[in-house]
Parts: sequence; structure tokens; C-alpha cells
Amino acid sequence: MELSGLYVREGKAISKAKGALVIAERIPGTKYNEVVDVVLSNGDVKTGQAIDISEDATVIQVFGGVSEVDLKGSKIRCKGETLKLPVSVDMLGRIFNGMGKPIDGGPAIIPDEYLDINGEAINPASRQPPAEFIETGISSIDGLNVLVRGQKLPLFSGSGLPHNRLAAQIIRQATVKGTDEKFAIVFGAIGISYDDAAFFMSNLERTGALERAVAFINTASDPAIERISTPRLALTAAEYLAWKHDMHVLVILTDMTNYCEALRELSSMREEIPSRRGYPGYMYTDLATIYERAGRIIGHEGSVTIMPILTMPDDDITHPIPDLTGYITEGQIVMSRNLMRKGVYPPIDVFLSLSRMMKEGIGPGKTREDHNNVFMQIYASYAEGIYLREISTIIGADALGDRDRLYLENADSVEQRFISQGEQDKRKVEDTLDIAWDLFSVLPEEDLKLIKEDFIKKYHPKHAQDAGIKAQ
Amino acid sequence: MGKIWRVSGPLVIANEMRGSQVYEVVEIGEDGIVGEVIGLDGDKAVIQAHEETLGLKTGEDVRPTGKILSVELGPGLLGSIYDGLQKSLLPMAEQTGAFIKRGAKSPALPRDVKWPFTPTVKVGDVVEYGDIIGTVPETPLVEHKVMVPVGISGTIKHIREGEYTIEETVAVVEKDGKTHELTLMQEWPVRKPRPYLKRQSPSGLLTTGMRILDYMFPLAMGGKAAIPGGFGTGKTVAQQQLVRWADTALNIYVGCGERGNEMADVLFSFRQLKEPKTGRLLQEKEIFLANTSNMPVVAREASIFVGVTMAEYYRDMGYNVLLVADSTSRWAEAMREMGGRLEEMPGEEGFPSYMGSRLSGFYERAGMIDCLGSPNRTGSVTVVGAVSPPGADFSEPVTQNTLRIVDALFALDVGLANKRHFPAISWLTSYSLYVDAVKDWWNTFDRGWEETRGAALRILQQEAELEEIVRLVGPEALPDSDKLLLLVSRMIREDFLQQSAYSDADTYCSPGKAGLMLKTILKFHESAQNMLNGGAGYETIRTSPIIYRIARMKEITNDEFADRCKELWAEMDETLVARTRA
Repeated sequence: MELSGLYVREGKAISKAKGALVIAERIPGTKYNEVVDVVLSNGDVKTGQAIDISEDATVIQVFGGVSEVDLKGSKIRCKGETLKLPVSVDMLGRIFNGMGKPIDGGPAIIPDEYLDINGEAINPASRQPPAEFIETGISSIDGLNVLVRGQKLPLFSGSGLPHNRLAAQIIRQATVKGTDEKFAIVFGAIGISYDDAAFFMSNLERTGALERAVAFINTASDPAIERISTPRLALTAAEYLAWKHDMHVLVILTDMTNYCEALRELSSMREEIPSRRGYPGYMYTDLATIYERAGRIIGHEGSVTIMPILTMPDDDITHPIPDLTGYITEGQIVMSRNLMRKGVYPPIDVFLSLSRMMKEGIGPGKTREDHNNVFMQIYASYAEGIYLREISTIIGADALGDRDRLYLENADSVEQRFISQGEQDKRKVEDTLDIAWDLFSVLPEEDLKLIKEDFIKKYHPKHAQDAGIKAQ
Repeated sequence: MGKIWRVSGPLVIANEMRGSQVYEVVEIGEDGIVGEVIGLDGDKAVIQAHEETLGLKTGEDVRPTGKILSVELGPGLLGSIYDGLQKSLLPMAEQTGAFIKRGAKSPALPRDVKWPFTPTVKVGDVVEYGDIIGTVPETPLVEHKVMVPVGISGTIKHIREGEYTIEETVAVVEKDGKTHELTLMQEWPVRKPRPYLKRQSPSGLLTTGMRILDYMFPLAMGGKAAIPGGFGTGKTVAQQQLVRWADTALNIYVGCGERGNEMADVLFSFRQLKEPKTGRLLQEKEIFLANTSNMPVVAREASIFVGVTMAEYYRDMGYNVLLVADSTSRWAEAMREMGGRLEEMPGEEGFPSYMGSRLSGFYERAGMIDCLGSPNRTGSVTVVGAVSPPGADFSEPVTQNTLRIVDALFALDVGLANKRHFPAISWLTSYSLYVDAVKDWWNTFDRGWEETRGAALRILQQEAELEEIVRLVGPEALPDSDKLLLLVSRMIREDFLQQSAYSDADTYCSPGKAGLMLKTILKFHESAQNMLNGGAGYETIRTSPIIYRIARMKEITNDEFADRCKELWAEMDETLVARTRA
């Protein structure tokens, strides 16, 4: 973290050091949340932040933990600044650590500006509702859970599920139809393994996206406390590129579970009253200050789209981390272990998945006029098939009627033909919708209650064939 | 003038604060960020800061304002967008840009607009507080009634028609030699309910255009209801539908700790959507409060009270007002966060033990009342609060405390939402205690509402019971009459209860259409049952094309529905009865 200015004040008497906190006597003029240096007896310097100030004492949270801090010789030096990130367009193509220092061997950034890493809230009256369809080439997303520019759409996954491969595929394939605008990718790695980080970086490199990317990497072996700032640095860089340089920025944050664990660790060190499962009561608000930085602004060309990835502990979607995330984000893409076991890639559970911004992003001129109807019908038919699948495990498929058996088979087709696709397979949204129509064609036509009659006449393979014969 | 002694998140402690009072508003530091005194201890004041406290230092100034946290009430509220402290966000965006700057000020009501004022009293009239002295056409949909502020009475010495800004004197009232100048604007402390003459029971249906509410779980004018649901179950869409179509005089939408993009979506759509009866733009009858989840937490706590105070103000004019709060859980969490900072003894799940009484304090401001002053009038505030229970588990404290106060529950169900059955309001767990309160309303144009509603609920309940058997023996093993019941309950679910917020013909369903739709399905049941009794097989009924026609009923517009429904019934008689005979 580069900071302008020299030390302005110094305090000595540290009375307590524990976990990540140092409590010192009052240092006059210290600002709330100001960045301080903790200088150890041996001359080493650690960065910290004043998280509680009063006339009695100053509480400092030390990044990297309090190892080697002693109560006698260590000093606290204040700089009179809150946490700031130096930014410039030269950050594109560069790799930084979780505290914003370059780790790619390149020179330091010559800053255009220093930005507060906490950002500022967008005035709700200045927001432009997101409405531009991003084509990811993945049917279960483009067809059923559409991603739009300025949205925050997380991937809810579990240990061992291919969320990294899916995220990499989205980075590779995502385009906005009919545009050739400036885009950038900001990658924030939060406490993930070195291998996972390397997977993303080599992926970016291979596809040539690296020069359009900025990476902030805090791996599992880096100090947990730095994870608190990593996503904020990534978003500060993203906001700078989007609002100052009119770029469309896609931010990938992985793994937010590690972020929340760090938040809990810090909260318990501060001896705060815990809420559910020991996570702090303000975790919703804290996560909101990260996720809500996505959006579009009236009068600005650029956009910030956030795709956080999190692993649900024990695949439990009601765990506080996915739960609070889901309450803030505009939907979620949920991965399913069952589908993965069946060999379906990408194993997306379309029932648990949702995109709240979908209705704005689809329809004539954006995707296709029948998109909304097809979307609703595929859910209804698939849900029916899944329900019958449950029943048939008890009573056997033979005990079902003919019509019910059609739906049972249809559910398999949805999984094998619609959801399942190759990792290099980039489907156009029209192709996605046509696959859905193919699936509908085996169902009784009068059951397609959720599709307008006009669309059935126009897109149903049977009628399209009739029309083709007539035309000939 | 006080000095900052301690800062910890939104909690600020200042000393040298002798003479200030609890809930007094203070300005903190150079930027003058807004705070509210919530406790006093000797010369120290405990302050909750409604804005970000980053960068504050000990020893900085804390300036008491002498005022309790209040809102400005007057013409100009409608169509505005406010933050949780009633700062007007559109002018603020023009002044300070797209990002909210700390300490930015933006008055709630525009100071430069001239409003045409028409007096309804004349010089020499004796007025008391609550009396209407004139009107201002605030928007084409709402006429603003200018009332004598609470605490003032006397003889009108001066009043004249003309164009005034909200700060100019429109009338002078004299009592015992003392004169009061009245303007179009008044102020009211947000935490204090506005007075009224007499409370009445909620009555009359608050039409929402949502079939599952209007017909099955009705909401009465002046009632209070909760919509709890896990994420993705459609709380926000349901609330937006309410403020879109409710047949109230005006609506207040409090976005409390929710999503910025969704708020933007509401604001944009209300600039285009038209009110169904008058065809005017909906924003002419709406007030928005937008305190998104990344805006300061403490202002969330204020936003709910700011909203309900505005609602009471319009109620006092004799209007029916609907207030929706999305979400009360975020509001409760703001209380929990402050409670934690104050090191209060926590109650259940870390929430402060006074959360229940705060919640009831808010919901109890709903109601139908006789207003103070003349002319005689009644007004109402209806409150609908969304609740966001963690993990969609309704046993958590916010949901449970809310259920103790409200009289209607619209429970959102994760299973329904996953199947994309919207609105995902569960017909098995929801309830409304306003059935009796709206009975007279329904009976004026839909005789037999109670019976129809009861019959439909019975079928749905029977379906739930049969469902357990189906899971054991399969649907084919059921007798034909049970198969028919499952078919009919499915029609009630899919063709009546399901309603698309995004389809032009279906998004607003008139009560008349709702009644006819349900009666059509029940008539089908009756005819089909007769067929079965007459010896027909279930397959003939299931494959009847009339089912397909009933499924398409939603696409018929409200205006055409009665006529088209007659055709449908005739067709039903023909096909089903004819088949029985054959």
C-alpha cells in the first residue's frame, strides 16, 4: 500500500497485543480508520489501522498479525491517511498482492490518483438499471439465468465442484451482442490455493486476456487479515477503470468464503458479540459494501459487473455466507453435486439458480421475443419431470401413465442436452432457445401453457416444419 | 459545543455535551455529518452517526442543533426520492455527482417552487389544529390539503389565494393577541406518532391486483401485514407490485438496506408505468425512500420512521396511504449493530431485547382513524413489511416478533419460488384476519365471495393431504374423483394463483376478473364431477380442450373478461355436458 506523505505523529506505550489487535495509549490527532505503521524493536514495520479511537486508548488492527510486537520497544507511527490505493491505467496487465503491492517483478505504479479503498456509495437516484445482455455461451445461464452488465451474480459452489472452470469459461466467452467496447477483467483472489490462482492466471494468459486484466492475489498462505482489504482493492481498481476510463469491467472475486472467515476471525479478536455461527452481526452490511459497488451510472459509459465465487460449507445454502450473499446479490448460480456425479458439465442447479436482472436483459432486440416464455415453460416442464422422478423412485416408472413418462424422459433430456455442454462449447442464445424448442417438441402441444400461441406457431419445430413445407 | 471523545464505527461519544437531550440531532466534525444523541451520561453524550465516520478525530467539534430528528412535511414530497434521513437524492446528484459525499446536504422540499394555494377558509373563521385551511394541487393525482399545525389555533387574520413557496406565509392566525404565521410546510419529529381523533378498525379491501391477496388473503385499509421469505422468493417483486397497483391515494416505498440496482429499476419503471384508473404516471402518487444496503447502517433505523411519519401526514388529510418497508430485517440488524457497539446485553440471536417493542411501535402506527379538525374525514395507513429471515427459517426473532403484531401473513415459500411459481405466497401457511373486515366490501359486487374462497382453500388443503398418498402409491392408483381433485387444485394453482408481474394483461387483475376466474375453475370441477358421476372416465376430462382454454384466461384483459368469460362458460356447458350425454 503506497501512501503519500511522511509520518506525522508517533506513539509509544503499547499496553496490549493479542491476535491482530494492538491497544496503545491515546495518540492525539489519530483519525478513525487511519492507517498506521507499527514499528517493531528490530526495525521491521507492519501496517495497521485504527479501528477504535478515544481519549483513553487507540485500538489498532495489525495486518499480518501481532507476532514479534513487544510492549516496550514497539512504536506506532501515524500518517494521517485512511487506506488508499494508487491507481492508473497502467495497472492493466499487472499482478498485485492482497495489499496492493506489485508482485510480478514490474515497477511500482505511477499513480494517476490515490483512491480510498472503501469507495463511496452510488446515489440510488444516479443508478442506471442494468439491461444489457451478456452472452456467456452457456445455455443454463443465457437461457435461464441471464447475466447483464452492472449486475452482481455470484457462483455458489462447493468443495470439489468445477466452479473455477466455469468462471474461466465465462471470462473466455463473455461478450455483449453486437458491441466492440472497451472491457477489462479484475481478478481478486482471496485466500485461495496457489494452484487455483495459477489456474486463473494461466487461463488469462493463454486467451490473451491478461493484458486487459488486473489481478490482486492473496493466497492461502498470506495473512488472513489482508483478506479484508483484497476485494476492496480489486473493486477500487474496477471502479477507476469503469467510471474514469469508461470500461466495462467484470470483477471475479474468489473465494468469498475465505473473506467471511477472515471477518469472523477479526470480529472475535475484537471481542464482539457474535451472531449466527459466530459471524459478526454486521456481516450483511459489510458484504453489501463490497457487492453493491456493482452497477451502471446514468451518463457514464462504463459498468462494473461482479461475479463473486463462494464455496458453501457442507453444500449448505442456508449457511450464513451464501445466505447473506443471496440477500444482497441479484440472484445466484448454484452448482449441484448430483449433476456433477451424473457427468453433467456445467453442473448448474437451475432451480436454485436465479437472475433477478433477467427480465430487463431479454426479449426482442436483446435476445429473442420468445425468450421469456421459453424460460418459464422449461422450468415448469422440468419441475414436473423432477417431481415425477422423485415419485418414481418409490413406486417405479412403470406405475406412471404415458403422459407422466414423457415428462420423466424430458427431465433427463433437459439435463443431458440443455444444461450439459462442452467446456469449449460457446452456444449462441438463439441456439440455446432452439434446443429448448426441440425438447418441447416431444411434449403434448396443449401442455405448453406458458408460451403464447403466436410463438408456438412460429418456433415450434412441428409448425416450423409445416411452414417450411408450405413455403416450398 | 461538544468534543469527540471516542469513535467506534457508527458510535461516537462526545463530552462537554451538558444541556443536550436524547434524540437531539447533532452535527459532527468538519463535514458536519448528521448524528443523533441516543444516551446521556454526565457530560458525555452517546451519539449514533447516520453517516460514515471514517477519518474523524478525537477533539473535533460536535454541534448540537437543538432539534429532535424531524421531517419536513408539505407539497413536493410526492415523486421525490429520499435517503433515510429525508435528504432529497435527485438534487443531491445534480450538486455532488453520482456518488454520495459525506455531510452533503439536500433539503427535503424544494425551496424555489411556487405552489398555487386556494384557501378553503376565510378571514374571521376560527380554526383549530388539524383544520384544513386550503389546498395545493401537488400532483394531478393528489390534492395536498394544508392543515393547521398541531398546537396552533385561533382566528384567521389573513389568508389569500396565490402562488407561494413553502417558506412564504399563506395565512396568519391570531389567538390572545399572539399571531402565528402559517406556511405550506410543517415539521414533525419522526419517532412520535401524529395525533388523531379516534381509532377505527381496519375496513374495506385494499385492492392490490394480486389474486392471491385480494381474493384469498385480503388486506384491509388500515391493516398491517408481513411478507417473510428467503432470498429469491420474490419479496421485492411482491412489494413493488403492491405500490404499483394498490388503489390507495398514495404509496410510500421504503427501501431499507436493500439493493441499489433494484431501487433504480423501481424508480425507472415508475416514471413510465401508468395508474390503472386514471392513466396518469404512477410516480405522481409515490414517495420513495432509498437507503441501500451499502449506505450508512444507522440511517436505516431512521428511514422506517421517516417513511411512516410522511404516511401519517397524508393520512391526516383524509387519504388512504400504503407504506411498504423492504426490509424490516435490515432495520432490526441496524438496531443489533448499534446495540452491540453500545455493549448492551443482547437478547435472542444478538438482537437487542427492545427489538420487539420497536417493531410493534412501528407497526402500530398503521390504522384507520378519524382525523383531527374540520371538515370531518377519515384516513388510513396500511403497513406491509418484508422480513428476510436467515436461511428462510421463520423461527428467527424478527419474523416471530413481527407475527405477534401483524394481522396478515403472506408467507413466501422457497419451494414454490424454485419452481418459478410466482407470487410464491404459500396458500397453506399464509393467513389474513381481515376476512371479516372486507366481507361487506366484497359482498357489494361479488356475492358468494366467502363460499368461493372457502371452496378453493378446501381443495388446496385436500390436495396437500392427497399429495402424501401420491408419493406412496403413485398418481395412477388414485380413484377418478381424487384424480379430478388433483387436476382442479393444479388449475387453481397454475391458472389462478400464479400471476405474472411481467405480463401486460396479467400484472394487474381486477377483483371482478379474479372472482370470475376462480368461479370458472370451480364450475369446471362441478361439471367434471357430474361427468364422472354419469360414468365418464377421467381421461375424457383430462384431455378436454376446455382445460387449455381455462389456462389461457389470464391473457384476457380486465375489461373484456366478463364477456369472454360468458363465452367460456357456454363452451364449457356445451363440451362437458354434451360429453356426459354422449
